[in-house]
Amino acid sequence: MAKQVQVKTLKINGVDVGGRGDQTILQVAREHDIEMPTLCHIEGLSDVGACRLCLVEVKGINKLIPSCTTLVEEGMEVTTNSERLAKYRKMVLELLFAERNHICSVCVSNGHCDLQDLARLLGVTHVRYPYRYPRLSVDASHQRFVLDQNRCILCTRCVRVCDEIEGAHTWDVMGRGIEAKVITDLNQPWGSSETCTSCGKCVQVCPTGALSEKGKSVAEMSKRRQFLPYLTTMREERE
Amino acid sequence: MSSEGSVEGAADPGGDGKTHSLNVCVAAGCLSSGSEKVKVALEDAVKSHGLEHECKVKGVGCLGLCSKGPLVSVEKENVVYQDVEPGDAAEIVESLGKEAVTRLKCDMESPFFTRQTKIVLENCGIIDPERIEDYLAADGYEALSKALTQLTPHDVVDQISKSGLRGRGGAGYPTGLKWSTIAKSVPDSTGRKFVICNADEGDPGAFMDRSVLESDPFRVLEGMAIAGYATGASQGYIYVRAEYPLAVKRLRTAIRQAEKSGYLGANILDTTFSFRIDIRLGAGAFVCGEETALIASIEGKRGTPRPRPPYPAEHGLWGAPTLINNVETYANVPAIIRHGGEWFASRGTEKSKGTKVFALAGRVRNTGLIEVPIGITLREVVFDIGGGVPDGKKFKAVQTGGPSGGCIPAEHLDMPVDYETLSRVGSMMGSGGMIVADETSCMVDVAKFFMEFCMSESCGKCIPCRVGTAQMYDLLCKITSGQASMQDLDLLIELCDMVKSTSLCGLGQSAPNPVLSTLRYFRSEYEEHILNKRCPAGVCKMSNEVVHNG
Repeated sequence: MAKQVQVKTLKINGVDVGGRGDQTILQVAREHDIEMPTLCHIEGLSDVGACRLCLVEVKGINKLIPSCTTLVEEGMEVTTNSERLAKYRKMVLELLFAERNHICSVCVSNGHCDLQDLARLLGVTHVRYPYRYPRLSVDASHQRFVLDQNRCILCTRCVRVCDEIEGAHTWDVMGRGIEAKVITDLNQPWGSSETCTSCGKCVQVCPTGALSEKGKSVAEMSKRRQFLPYLTTMREERE
Repeated sequence: MSSEGSVEGAADPGGDGKTHSLNVCVAAGCLSSGSEKVKVALEDAVKSHGLEHECKVKGVGCLGLCSKGPLVSVEKENVVYQDVEPGDAAEIVESLGKEAVTRLKCDMESPFFTRQTKIVLENCGIIDPERIEDYLAADGYEALSKALTQLTPHDVVDQISKSGLRGRGGAGYPTGLKWSTIAKSVPDSTGRKFVICNADEGDPGAFMDRSVLESDPFRVLEGMAIAGYATGASQGYIYVRAEYPLAVKRLRTAIRQAEKSGYLGANILDTTFSFRIDIRLGAGAFVCGEETALIASIEGKRGTPRPRPPYPAEHGLWGAPTLINNVETYANVPAIIRHGGEWFASRGTEKSKGTKVFALAGRVRNTGLIEVPIGITLREVVFDIGGGVPDGKKFKAVQTGGPSGGCIPAEHLDMPVDYETLSRVGSMMGSGGMIVADETSCMVDVAKFFMEFCMSESCGKCIPCRVGTAQMYDLLCKITSGQASMQDLDLLIELCDMVKSTSLCGLGQSAPNPVLSTLRYFRSEYEEHILNKRCPAGVCKMSNEVVHNG
């Protein structure tokens, strides 16, 4: 039997909207065609509030609120599109581009990349911060897939899909801060992983060219994500 | 645990019939300057003078004046000896009952001793931290037994609320309000609530929590048990960093002794209240001092914070309502319950009650551990208690709040030390680190130091903190090496605002504070580095030193 949930009414960008009490601000906003940029969020996985792109202003609250992890409340007044937010969102993307070695022109995901799309959408024309050019590795030890750390933005979608949907928990994050990186098993080559089922879900949910299928050349790696909401729905119905 | 009923001990220190007690500080500061050898030498001297029956030598916790260690105090006689060496032992023992050894005596009339008010540290330097009998003799566990036998949980929360105690971890959230929230929240499906003590002290230069745990561990256990009773929890955890091995050892000993004596475990003091405490060791991540990261770490997960709400008070450890307070907060609780909330509230200022322990460090004559009433002025702390800046140098700033705080310049020396005032001038109370800088310190270099700390301690989960702190650190390096332009300064200021506003947890949100506060008060130093390629304090090495006019 479905749980009883209360309906909440709130304002997003001055528009009156309604949502269920167990829905996040992001869900309700998107239902009403109010778009917000997201990177770590993906339909069907848990939310971690890490990329800070979906931050919104809520009247009466000093701090900016991640809309992906905050449930709607009665009478909330949410602003998703202020100048301040637009500025911060651009800065988040600039920081990401400067963090690792994102060279779109030679990337397998050129033209099919969430990071690139958002940069275009939000009008990031220049990166004002010096590129950090870290020396990072490529792991091509897996038979079918490649991990290129140079293109990873640490959104942890791969970690979550592997843990929450596939149940293998092959992926995790090691290291702290700017040294953090995704790893397979206990930082062993992906090809030698004993937990990886080679299902490829991590590759499909990866927003950039960090995870790709072998044999794909520049701009050939587009991701197939239709399966994820379906799997999640099936799961929820079974429960 | 050998003594039976030797707890009264008012006339004879330690309650074993001996008239004299030489208390040697065996907290980490004095230990590292050789107090263990001093203790052995004193024991030998007592023996060789045939005074075993009159005089005991006891290891005690922090005596405060860490810079002058090893310290030895003569109990009940208001005599503290400083810089004691093993060779001084015979002289000290011979002087017992007579004139004290003038050569080694600290000036007990100096403001360092007379200006302090001790609540949290009332037993530090007096009791042996490894003997529950000593703690009991110092009114230990009186508060817990009063709470369990005379007060309802509601009364306890009431007293804490009345006391006006605020979280000593830095943010200053009203403790009574926090306790009442958890007391009211519904336990999880298995009936659990938890009490956690945050002992993951990590601010550079701060050692208040370590000293309390090393000097008076029972006090923290008692505070936690009272919190458990008040909130309806029966399990507590102390999350302490593994870098504090002595504190961990003394905590373990204390827990064992408290369990044996019936002050922890099932049916405490023969009541229906049961409370266990376990220790969890941190693995060296500063971010685990953030409450949601701390909880993740106890659960065995990677220590990264998560967005709040939900707050731990409703959804904490393993999903159960969880109370998290700092070491010093719990250490205040027994005194509040013993003397009542109003007694505590009579100290401090209108909005910030009681006392605060500070670790005074940097360029002051007296460095060490102090406890002062909240509302004391910074000038009193630095110049009276701290004894001022040594070597005839000029005072420049005092840094409070660690990497989340800021630098306060001379113009604000006469402001009261309390939560609101400190944050108004761009710093924060923080957990209690206080580092004094004189004219030989470069404020840009200080900001760079703290930014490097935040960068390497960022967990890497959210982008502003992970990449923003690294970019800010790079910009500060550029400035301190004379390679920056004024545009770089603008970029830095813009990043400060962005990282502060958008980071996920307190670490990132407060990481820009050291830069912002030094920019606010010492902007000319930044400009001097950028425009004239010169470090006014002579600290930073400029790569392209240019000769400038004037």
